Amino acid sequence: MDATTVLADINGHLAAVGYGLAAIGPAIGVGIVVGKTIEGVARQPELAGRLQVLMWIGIAFTEALAFVGIAVGFIPFP
Amino acid sequence: MPRLATDGEFHGPSIDEFFPEILFNIAGIPVHRIHLVQFLSVIAIVVILVLGTRRMKVVPGRFQSLVEMGLGFVRGGIAHDLLGRKDGDRFLPILTTIFFMVLFMNITGIIPFLNIAGTSIAAVPLLLAVVSYVTFIYAGIRRHGFRFFKNALLPQGVPGFALPIVAVIELVSTFILRPVTLMLRLLMNMVVGHMLLVLCFSATQFFFFTAGGGWAALGVGTLAFGGAFTLFEVLVAVLQAYVFTVLTAVYIQLAVAEEH
Repeated sequence: MDATTVLADINGHLAAVGYGLAAIGPAIGVGIVVGKTIEGVARQPELAGRLQVLMWIGIAFTEALAFVGIAVGFIPFP
Repeated sequence: MPRLATDGEFHGPSIDEFFPEILFNIAGIPVHRIHLVQFLSVIAIVVILVLGTRRMKVVPGRFQSLVEMGLGFVRGGIAHDLLGRKDGDRFLPILTTIFFMVLFMNITGIIPFLNIAGTSIAAVPLLLAVVSYVTFIYAGIRRHGFRFFKNALLPQGVPGFALPIVAVIELVSTFILRPVTLMLRLLMNMVVGHMLLVLCFSATQFFFFTAGGGWAALGVGTLAFGGAFTLFEVLVAVLQAYVFTVLTAVYIQLAVAEEH
């Protein structure tokens, strides 16, 4: 077994690595959504209720990508 | 099925958790453990809502006010808030049904001896996503007729050369990705939540009873994580019920909105 084969040898769940990559984008996105909501509430505390509803909707759309990432790992590829 | 580590090796959870052995058949349809959990949560919804709304008093008791709080939350916090009073009341029955069905089927994930969410197999999220899909298309056609599809696919103010691209993007995002993400969000939240709990508690069992010795110290840590994740799962169960209902309401709102 030469060096490249040893280096390229990956064991275990490759899906876990894929999910880790898939989670980066949604993680940043959710962070921005929540951060901006906090900023908005700090400026206009009386809008907190409406902003929170919008925040949950924004989070729901953003994190959908992460769940697609989890789901792909369970699809049996030939 | 949860397995105990008896052969000295650690067995992590796998996707097989969600395909347990068939217990019996009803009219040729195989029934397993998760279906029984779903039946139980349906019975729980019916019993709690019927008991909570029979013989209502002007001054509500503790149980009645809890049920009223839940129903009032969907009415005031979701339906009226997003759809307005008139449309909110029209779509209130379906929003209430979705909220309580998702909530009760999610919460079984952390109830001892049930230990699995009714929504953690694809059937229930898929059914609810299809219901939500049909509802928002129905709402749009009812309000705008065939113009609903034109409004959805060809937004105004887009320059002519970009229209084909925008139409394809809108087609995929509105009519394909919406139901798919509704289903995946709920299903994957419950699947992953269950796997995390199984991982924490089976690791605890392994560290305490199979590995023993100094490993038991690690078992204390995994047990604490399991407890924390159980509390987190309560939050997720309520949050997913809320998000599913809010998104259905938002889709209906977008469908009935006047184009401007």
